[in-house]
Amino acid sequence: MKFFSLIRANLFRKKIRFVLTIGSFAVALFLFGVLAIVKNAFSGGVDIAGADRLMVINRTSIIQPLPIAYADKIRRIPGVKELTYSNWFGGVYQDERNFFPQFAIDVDNQRRVYPEFDIPEEQWQNFVKDRQGAIAGAAIAKRFGWKVGDKIPIKGTFLGGIWDFNLDGIYHGTRQADDETQFWFQWKRFEEQVPEQFKGHVGWYAVKVDHPDDALRVSKAIDTEFANSPFETHTDTEKQFAAGWVKQFGNIQFLIMAIGGVVFFTLLLVTGNTMAIAVRERTAELAVLKAVGYSDRFVLFFVLFESLFIALLGGVIGLALAELFTLSGDPTHGILPFFVLPVKAIFMGLIVAVVVGAASGIIPAIGAMRLRVVDALRRV
Amino acid sequence: MVRVDGSGGSNSLINVRGLGKTYSRGGEQIHVLQALNLDVEQGEFVAFMGPSGSGKTTLLNLLGGLDVPSAGSITVAGDEVTSMSRSKLTQWRARHVGFVFQMYNLIPVLTAFQNVELPLLLTNLSKAQRRQHVETALAVVGLSDRVHHFPRQLSGGQEQRVTIARAIVSDPTFLLCDEPTGDLDRKSADEIMELLLRLVKEYNKTVLMVTHDPLVAARADVTLHLEKGVLVEAGRQQTVTSGGAR
Repeated sequence: MKFFSLIRANLFRKKIRFVLTIGSFAVALFLFGVLAIVKNAFSGGVDIAGADRLMVINRTSIIQPLPIAYADKIRRIPGVKELTYSNWFGGVYQDERNFFPQFAIDVDNQRRVYPEFDIPEEQWQNFVKDRQGAIAGAAIAKRFGWKVGDKIPIKGTFLGGIWDFNLDGIYHGTRQADDETQFWFQWKRFEEQVPEQFKGHVGWYAVKVDHPDDALRVSKAIDTEFANSPFETHTDTEKQFAAGWVKQFGNIQFLIMAIGGVVFFTLLLVTGNTMAIAVRERTAELAVLKAVGYSDRFVLFFVLFESLFIALLGGVIGLALAELFTLSGDPTHGILPFFVLPVKAIFMGLIVAVVVGAASGIIPAIGAMRLRVVDALRRV
Repeated sequence: MVRVDGSGGSNSLINVRGLGKTYSRGGEQIHVLQALNLDVEQGEFVAFMGPSGSGKTTLLNLLGGLDVPSAGSITVAGDEVTSMSRSKLTQWRARHVGFVFQMYNLIPVLTAFQNVELPLLLTNLSKAQRRQHVETALAVVGLSDRVHHFPRQLSGGQEQRVTIARAIVSDPTFLLCDEPTGDLDRKSADEIMELLLRLVKEYNKTVLMVTHDPLVAARADVTLHLEKGVLVEAGRQQTVTSGGAR
């Protein structure tokens, strides 16, 4: 603590340089945070997907339906604990830019298969009783300013017409990354209003197995059950399904690592150069400190502390800005529902900041430590 | 009494025996100091003179433990400085040596108070004790009214006074002054010399000073010339010869 005035005075010696160096760290860590947010937005579904849940889709494509009659057959397969089904609706609320996913859901089994979505019991019961009812995720309700009791008209796309819904409830995810942008309504209403050729079909089945270890066996059993039928199935764990979805966007991970790597390497050079200049211009002062009795080790940590402090402060500012960036919500309005800065990424960012700060400061610090008073004073 | 013939007793504050310093430059060996002897007693004021490159500053650096000799030994108050490790030497400097440089070498972002306090931060003194020591040192050099001024707000003479305050604040065994008046006008130089003399007379400090200026050197008790790597006594002030010890 007694060295505080010495450390503080040195940090603020060149205020513009201090601010710019911290700014460069803040910008880099902000970029790191945004990249982490985007990565999470793509892979968040993969990370939180249940290992004990299977997705059963039509083998040809997810847009091809499966018969509702498969439900009982799948339930009879050993290892299957719960089952529910859904259909994609794809309606438009007010404007096509207001995208959010709408699903016709099986009200009897939805909550057994997806327990992570929390809905007040009273709201759920109202929804179950209301054929025109709907449940919205908290994020989507917030985005459009919906509250329970509101009437929500949605224009059907492939089914046409205006579908009026009563908002009976709002669900919240129990985990940070849970998707709160979905809009659910009763599958029975969907079934009643679809053209004759679509009746008796669902978009996909979600199956909960007794134990994650059973997932592979049950997947094979389901696909075998319906092999050579007009509606062959393709079953994956929810995690694999989500990963397959992300793969459609290319190798996001590589892209992020490549950009991040280039940014941090550049930052390392810039900061290292700044620290080297800062030490160079203080050569005589460091020599005087040593002359009056400050040890080599003190001088080493003195210089290193400065670099670490700048890195950490810049890192905290950058990551805080990235967190603020997420508060405005998903800029794609629903395409990236997991638009959050994961806690893991915050810790990783801080570690990266400290490592870059240490790496950029260590060479000037060692130079300062090895500085010979006689040589330093002769140079001045 | 200052002696350069190696005949001084072991009760001298500083004993230098057979001191040598050799530099290698472009494969050539340059013998800056050769078998140099020096004895200085407590409370003496010694000036070193000599042409540029004669080794004055090298000698001062060796005496202050900033450099290591190629040969010989230096003993200060019973401690053999030349056998100390680098870290021991750092601790020894903090306790025993006060440095005054020609270019002041104050830290520009610290106030006069904070600059003077620097050596005390290494001690176990409390904040209040440190404050008291710093205020006393600044009062001794006549800068009680400049405590919170930064170096850029001080004149050259005042900056050098702060440097002297920093050198004496931890009550070192002796002061090493490398051209303390070299960057000052005559009036300021005289004031600095008065201050150094006062430290010797009133506080019984031992001062070893390098200077190019004969007028400045004349204020010291003894002036020693460095010639061809050895010390030669050039002049002893009247008070010295008549007073014996000084």
